[in-house]
Amino acid sequence: MSETWIVLGASSSMGRAFARKVAAEGAHVVLAAREKDDLARTAADCTSRGAPSATPVVFDARDPKSFAPIYKAAKKNEGIINAAVFVGSMAPQADVDADPNIGDFTIQDNFTGPANFLHGLAPIMESRKGGTVLGIGSVAGDRGRIGNYTYGSAKAGFHTYLSGLRNRLNRSGGHVVTVKPGFVDTAMTWGIEGMFLVASPDQIADDLWKAHLKKKNTLYTPWFWRYIMAIIKSIPEPIFKKLSV
Amino acid sequence: MAWKTDTLTGWGRVLSGSAQIARPEKPSAIARVVADTPAPAVGAQRSYGDPAINTDGKAIDMNRLDRFISFDAKTGVLEAEAGVSITQMLQTFAPQGWMPTVMPGTGFATLGGCIANDAHGKNHHGVGTFGQYVISIELIGADGKTKTVTPKKNKTLFEATVGGLGQTGIIISAKIQLTECSSRLIQVDERRATNLSEFMDMLKSSTATYCVGWIDGTANGQSLGRGILEEAELTKSNMAPKLRKSRKVPFNAPSFALSPPTVRAFNRMYFNRVPATGRGVLRSLEDFFFPLDKIHDWNKLYGKRGFHQFQCVLPDDTAERTLREMLRLIADSGLASPLAVLKRTGPGRAGPLSFTMEGFTLALDFPNSAKSIKLVETLNEMTTEAGGRIYFAKDSLATAKQAHAMYPELAAWQKTVKTADPKGHFKTDLVRRLKLRDSK
Repeated sequence: MSETWIVLGASSSMGRAFARKVAAEGAHVVLAAREKDDLARTAADCTSRGAPSATPVVFDARDPKSFAPIYKAAKKNEGIINAAVFVGSMAPQADVDADPNIGDFTIQDNFTGPANFLHGLAPIMESRKGGTVLGIGSVAGDRGRIGNYTYGSAKAGFHTYLSGLRNRLNRSGGHVVTVKPGFVDTAMTWGIEGMFLVASPDQIADDLWKAHLKKKNTLYTPWFWRYIMAIIKSIPEPIFKKLSV
Repeated sequence: MAWKTDTLTGWGRVLSGSAQIARPEKPSAIARVVADTPAPAVGAQRSYGDPAINTDGKAIDMNRLDRFISFDAKTGVLEAEAGVSITQMLQTFAPQGWMPTVMPGTGFATLGGCIANDAHGKNHHGVGTFGQYVISIELIGADGKTKTVTPKKNKTLFEATVGGLGQTGIIISAKIQLTECSSRLIQVDERRATNLSEFMDMLKSSTATYCVGWIDGTANGQSLGRGILEEAELTKSNMAPKLRKSRKVPFNAPSFALSPPTVRAFNRMYFNRVPATGRGVLRSLEDFFFPLDKIHDWNKLYGKRGFHQFQCVLPDDTAERTLREMLRLIADSGLASPLAVLKRTGPGRAGPLSFTMEGFTLALDFPNSAKSIKLVETLNEMTTEAGGRIYFAKDSLATAKQAHAMYPELAAWQKTVKTADPKGHFKTDLVRRLKLRDSK
């Protein structure tokens, strides 16, 4: 029987790449994104590639009312329900410094919004006895750095939530992967200077699929970010506080 | 839209140029960019020379517009965004019994690129070019407006777009007719051809659906023009093929990798690998249609100097004489690489700037050097004199005068292009080099 994948943030480069990956694996897809205009086309792409069904739904991390239609669309399909969460926003730290209220949005988009969505989904997954959550965090959540610590702390909060959810879903046969991507070649990073070792969204999608199959707990993608972050995490705080890495 | 400054490089790695590049991911985003800043589209960068280079200008990268829009499994009609690659189409639809009717030698080429170059494949003698299977094109003009272009509704614009090197606007999506595909395995019969006239007779009399020849560019004298003829037919097997793993050329190869003695030895081995009595082998569609795609960045095998590809098509009445002279010149120079193709072409073509004509096409790679530039220049001149044509997707050395002589319908094409893009926003380095939009 076909499984179902909810892809939250399906119009992002990574969300799109992952949606077509699971479509080619024969899964039903529920595609959720803030703007509906282009989602229908991504849905058509998924059915061409092998998804038995593809349902576009509008989702706004800041609007809890938008969650229920997604649960409903997923529940229509029988069998296991999985979710991949690609939502998030990265306001430049300088903007947050200028207007601290922007920090709230960053935390809603990256942490409380997706966490609350998953919290509503968890009982449904439990009732279906299985399923994987791929939660996209960030290497930025591993340590607070001067360049983006509001974003980083939101991601860190999300990491902790995912770790708890893993503990919970494990009891009903489910699983959670905390994903920490490094730099990815997306519309968001296009043309930004200082990018290095940039991975393609397709590469990330392949890694995510493998991590789902292997039931990894934490995935750094591409893999070498585990070591880059190990170094950054190991710098003693008295030194780290003077650095701008 | 964010613009990124980057280098656009031809596949031959001789020509390149810096440009500011936008990479929209939605049709609405691209319409906005073009309305504001019309610029030529670039795809997979698999053209060898400069048709996808716009030095010190702007360009729009189409690779992220790569979704299938609709597919009818009964009729085989596919609509897709321009950045979809041929391999993506083949791998997605072959298991459902369909494949692109025309496939160029690399599956990395995009739908938009295949239309803009009116690409041909190993079945050209039978079915014609890529453009002949295009049902309609969504084209954004220099005014930022999108229109549907079909051979019925706006014939002149359609024909000027197919093979039109992106000069009529940006192809954002297209509807094409796929062809039935009975299997993902293909039966390939390989036979030796011991000299040029034997080779040409074999190519001409072949009745195979797919037919292509590898030619030994180092053979001279009695064996001048020897090679291997490959004739192929799809099988009826419904088994999934075993795919070879892809590999990557990690760095620029040293120049001795393709020095004349290495190439001579390699070519002798490659020729003798097929027994004198011929042989039949079973291959996956990918291995047969895109033999080099498994070696990523194979263009680095030529080292950092890069290479030139010469591809001409010659009409039947001059083909044998001209090919003989060309091959003699090439063999005497000792400059050829092992990558060389001789193929029969049919009359099929879809636009005034389409490359193909009925006759024979010869394609050869030469490592870049002063000597090889001179050789290709001579070959280009011989092609012009023989009433043949050079393929814009491969060329980096032809002259404006030659291009104008080879493409007699250029003036009519220019008229359509002038209306579509009066200010010349879509011009590229190739268009400027060959003065394709100037009267002479």
